[in-house]
Amino acid sequence: MNLAFSWDWLPRLLQGLGLTVELTALSMAMGAFLGLVLAVLRVYAHGLLYPLYLLASGYVHLFRGTPLLVQVMTFYFALPSVGVRLSPFVAGLSALTLNTAAYQAEYFRGAIQSVRAGQMQAALALGFSRLQAIRYVVLPQALRLVIPPWSNELIYMVKGSAVVYLIGVLELMGQAKNIAARTFRNFEVYLVVAMFYLALIFVLTLALRWVERRTRVPGLGVPGRA
Amino acid sequence: MLLRVEELHKRYGKEEVLKGVSFSLDKGETKVIIGPSGTGKSTLLRCINRLTEPDRGRIWLEDVEITGPRVNINRIRAQIGFVFQDFNLFTHLTALDNVRLGLIKVKGLSKKEATERAMAELARVGLADKARAYPAELSGGQQQRVSIARALAMDPKLILFDEPTSALDPELIGEVLAVMEELAQSGMTMLVVTHEMGFARSMADEIIFMEKGVIVEQGPPEQLFRTPKHPRTAEFLRRISDLYGGDQ
Repeated sequence: MNLAFSWDWLPRLLQGLGLTVELTALSMAMGAFLGLVLAVLRVYAHGLLYPLYLLASGYVHLFRGTPLLVQVMTFYFALPSVGVRLSPFVAGLSALTLNTAAYQAEYFRGAIQSVRAGQMQAALALGFSRLQAIRYVVLPQALRLVIPPWSNELIYMVKGSAVVYLIGVLELMGQAKNIAARTFRNFEVYLVVAMFYLALIFVLTLALRWVERRTRVPGLGVPGRA
Repeated sequence: MLLRVEELHKRYGKEEVLKGVSFSLDKGETKVIIGPSGTGKSTLLRCINRLTEPDRGRIWLEDVEITGPRVNINRIRAQIGFVFQDFNLFTHLTALDNVRLGLIKVKGLSKKEATERAMAELARVGLADKARAYPAELSGGQQQRVSIARALAMDPKLILFDEPTSALDPELIGEVLAVMEELAQSGMTMLVVTHEMGFARSMADEIIFMEKGVIVEQGPPEQLFRTPKHPRTAEFLRRISDLYGGDQ
């Protein structure tokens, strides 16, 4: 086989990579915030707050129960018919954010529920309000426990963000598609793109492992190697 | 009178755990609640700071009704220390931060003031040198002493102890009881659920014997141990002393 790469692709691919990083970072960060709120509501909204529990649960079921691709298409192609016109970037980013928020909510919920009940009890017994107890006692533990599943979601989103090329966002996959169409060098282009994703995810994995080590506390989560 | 409990009732499903419990506690007094497992002793303690909501009955801390409709329960809880059977130290925080967190977040002390106070309390339970250790790095006895320091730091009007030595290996019980004895002698008001009859006998001003959700008998330790009025009390004390081979 006769492989032919070209340095000419590089600027566009790097631009695409930049956009992929941007989409992933923004959607993960905003999704984490929203996901955290959803998770806290799903665990703690009882009694008078029960409607909020239902709302949060409904949201999670809706966004986990429909394909990301359908969500992206809906945001870009269906919303204009109700008068909401979004640029491809904003439509793509919104869909990615709302989608990952639902998944992250479930990871956060699992982590919150694995913090032992006695921790909340001890905080309440000291005079903390429930919100203070969640903020200062439950979440600092839950956030440490959530790092491994959360890494999974991050890695998924790096790759999942590629679907927005279908609405014309020129992230890594979008750029690749264009270059391949122009040069007919499908194999080489996608090989390079695959390497880009692989490298990006490798770096992120290392970074998260570093965070996990830095925030590790004896007796919390999986015992680390000494 | 520091604490007054009147006709407390609590039901879990079909099981009525507390069937009208009344007693009171004076300032500086130590009362010990004894009785077979599953007779509502822990539920009673948890109703007092409303970690468990009682179904009926009223509780007063001095002249404030804890069970009143408009009471700020967080403010009440900050005045009532609670020591748990399984310590419940905050796993992600060092001993120092465990003691300090409530001072900063609940009492609004500056970090500097909180640190000084927390170190003093850790020193009081003999653990100043463990300030930087995480709970998982401490023995059960040390963890329980930190949890006592955490309760003490809040300047509580009374401390509730829920079987504070039941989760400990036998050789670690002594260090925790020693701290509690010193507290009782220093005039702290204490309500203690325990199976440690030695502690009950030597430290309690009064012992409350509970069974099946009611107070069967209460009185000074010597009277209760030597001349129990109720046959159930005598029976329980005999079984306990068989079990622990005590000197009772």
